[in-house]
Amino acid sequence: MADLRIDLAGIKSPNPFWLASAPPTNSGYQVQRAFEAGWGGAVWKTLGDPILNVSSRFAAVSFNGQRVAGFNNIELITDRPLEVNLQEIYETKKRFPHHAIIASLMVEPKQEKWHEIVKRVEDVGVDGLELNFGCPHGMAERGMGSASGQVPELVEKQTYWVKEAAKTPVIVKLTPNITDITATAEAATRGGADAVSMINTINSLAGVDLDTWNTVPHVAGKGAHGGYCGPAVKPIALNMVAECARNPLINVPISGIGGISNWQDAAEFILMGATGVQVCTAAMHHGFSIVEDMIDGLNNYLDDKGIASVMDLVGRSVSRYSNWGDLDLNYKIVAEINNDVCINCNKCHIACEDTSHQCIDLYSEDGRPMLKVREEDCVGCNLCSIVCPVDGAITMVERKSSIPPMTWNERQTLISSLSK
Amino acid sequence: MALNQENTMSQQQLKRNFMELTSRMTKSEAIEESNRCLYCYDAPCIKACPTSIQIPNFIKKIASGNMKGSATTILEANPIGASCARVCPTEELCEGACVLNSSTKPIKIGELQRYATDWAVETNAQLFKQGQSNGQKVAIIGAGPAGLSAARELSRFGYQVTIFEAESKAGGLGSYGIVSFRLPNEVVDWEVEQIEKLGVEIKTNTTVGVDISAEEILEQYDSVILAVGMGAVPNLGIEGEDLDGVHDAIEFVRKTKMGTLTKDIVGKRVAVIGAGNTAIDGATCAVRLGADNVQILYRRTQKEMTAYKFEYEFAKQDGVEFKWLTAPKKIIGNESGEVVGIECTKMKLGEAGADGRQRPEEIEGSNFIIEVDAVIKAIGQTRFVTLIEAFGLQHTNGVVDIDEATMQTSNDKVFACGDVVFGNGQGEAMVVTAVQQGKDAAYKIYERLRKPSEIA
Repeated sequence: MADLRIDLAGIKSPNPFWLASAPPTNSGYQVQRAFEAGWGGAVWKTLGDPILNVSSRFAAVSFNGQRVAGFNNIELITDRPLEVNLQEIYETKKRFPHHAIIASLMVEPKQEKWHEIVKRVEDVGVDGLELNFGCPHGMAERGMGSASGQVPELVEKQTYWVKEAAKTPVIVKLTPNITDITATAEAATRGGADAVSMINTINSLAGVDLDTWNTVPHVAGKGAHGGYCGPAVKPIALNMVAECARNPLINVPISGIGGISNWQDAAEFILMGATGVQVCTAAMHHGFSIVEDMIDGLNNYLDDKGIASVMDLVGRSVSRYSNWGDLDLNYKIVAEINNDVCINCNKCHIACEDTSHQCIDLYSEDGRPMLKVREEDCVGCNLCSIVCPVDGAITMVERKSSIPPMTWNERQTLISSLSK
Repeated sequence: MALNQENTMSQQQLKRNFMELTSRMTKSEAIEESNRCLYCYDAPCIKACPTSIQIPNFIKKIASGNMKGSATTILEANPIGASCARVCPTEELCEGACVLNSSTKPIKIGELQRYATDWAVETNAQLFKQGQSNGQKVAIIGAGPAGLSAARELSRFGYQVTIFEAESKAGGLGSYGIVSFRLPNEVVDWEVEQIEKLGVEIKTNTTVGVDISAEEILEQYDSVILAVGMGAVPNLGIEGEDLDGVHDAIEFVRKTKMGTLTKDIVGKRVAVIGAGNTAIDGATCAVRLGADNVQILYRRTQKEMTAYKFEYEFAKQDGVEFKWLTAPKKIIGNESGEVVGIECTKMKLGEAGADGRQRPEEIEGSNFIIEVDAVIKAIGQTRFVTLIEAFGLQHTNGVVDIDEATMQTSNDKVFACGDVVFGNGQGEAMVVTAVQQGKDAAYKIYERLRKPSEIA
């Protein structure tokens, strides 16, 4: 039984699975149900000055029959009075003293506004604060959310104001709607953030209705961009976490967010430098009970790997993430097809023939269709093994190179030294 | 048996027994299943389909919501694609060839084909157009799958097509031979209607040789396609065949497709002679007509039976009993001339015959009597030899001789396809094969028109 407890910048929780600030954490009723189901923490739906919401708020993207491959919303921060939220946070914390409750905050970029709200939420006993510099829709049009989060100076300044008043750890939640997320992550660190969390949602339009030509979703015939999340955004989020994790200037813990649907996704984020993760879409798709397998699966994984605590897993893959220029140009892999396992759908052949390097031959042997890779033409692109529907039919195997390893950067250095 | 608890079955109850057995896939099922298709390159399912339907394409189109495109892809290759979706032995054909047999489970191609063609039936979309007239006339004898398929293709090429059909309705086997609970009449009616919409004239109730002579047809048309199929079940050649209660399986099934269902079988004990596709149809119809007990008597064993595995399973599920190595010797009647029993003899398998199957041999003194009230004969079908000879065509035991490359008979103006050319090791007895042969005959005729110089 591995130890799943985490400590993220001083915020402790019984396991690394938190609900992200979103509809699932809208009320005390919901957060308490979540804690009963096993979630280790919850970032309360963003508090701020009361807003108004519209009707028709969510949309999802289905892919090949798989529902909710991606999820889009145009809901704003909490539309409930601050007093009600504070009262429910107080009651929830009292009932679940060992679970983490983090207050997500969003106010106008004014020092006194931040000071005021920080004091009010800390008075009811939250374990930490998360500054919402990420929401891309609605609030951004009023200078908040990602409108602040896209300007490093505003991130730094507001973080600083919060830190002036805060007694609990401060997490800065970053928007992915920016060219280089490390710029804002560095700014948050400079402002004194105790941790950063990422990613918030990505600007998105879920779809267009082909019959009505309305956007999906639409509000009385009009749409506006929303925020995209769910399984489809995981690779984007994972890269951003990894880029921040390997940046020495961002020397604070990271709370990973973005398309995490199960323990495997969570473990990947943790390996790439996240100290714990936040989940929303998966819970919205399946309910709070999915955390049971997240906990169970992660625990079994750690046991299998002989790792005593999840904290020992944090960042173990970060050093393996680098720049393209540091990759070995002489490393060589090729595809190998096992015709005994192959079911002859020929997807590898046509994928290679039409869209890659034309190196998989389709031929017949004793009347039996066969596939073979011409190794000399294989560039090791992986496409065939990606489209192959059968486990074990195509393996990418390493071919020892006769030349020693050399990266692009090393090669450039060598060339310039020779030309001197 | 489950279907006839009561001796007094209402017409409504009987009708319910003859309603289509399987329900159509729901939209979600179809989307889920179609997304499971791997979209193989050079897909084996296409090669396994006698009509070469571009199966992965029609399935992909279901997944993308392009129902019109999906139905068109199917019906382009197979004008009787809605019927075939229901009657094809898919496990022997497309589904049997699906690569997923080797990893998970095959795609339900038949059910997806039905889902797509049902869309076409329901929306009644006109998917094909008659071609510009080329001034040529073709007569087709027989409005079954082969004839209809040939007619559809010829009409698209611009031929003026007339089909002569002896029955009162077009459709052939589909209308008269395949049990309603597998193929409802409405499906066949729709397919016929689509072909009529292309300007094909179907002269029903017109028997060639009676209402019009073969000579007249040969004279009036540029080409002729003979697609008459096969006839009634032959005699068993045993005593008692004329008794009241002895049925020809083809006729027996046919009556179940003609509206009012007979109540004569309710509570009866029925013996079916033979174990082919028609025997299964006869037996399961008897069950559905309320028979108390239905037994299939076959002189060989399960191994030699020509019924498909799914048919065998289906009959067993319907409660049909199988008596292997059992041959009828005599049908026994009472003084009123009604069947009361069938005398049989036990058989054993001996040496292999010319067809490679072991010959059944009688076991001396093994005679026994089974008490039955009705006997259904299903030991094959007779040939329309008189008609074939009226056209002056060469044949072998009633199977019209053709050049398989050209579909031409001994008269190069006359082409033949479907069951009329099935037998003696030539062709297959499936609806889908007949459809392809119909297409082939049409293409050969068209080729001849385009390249007159190359035709001897």
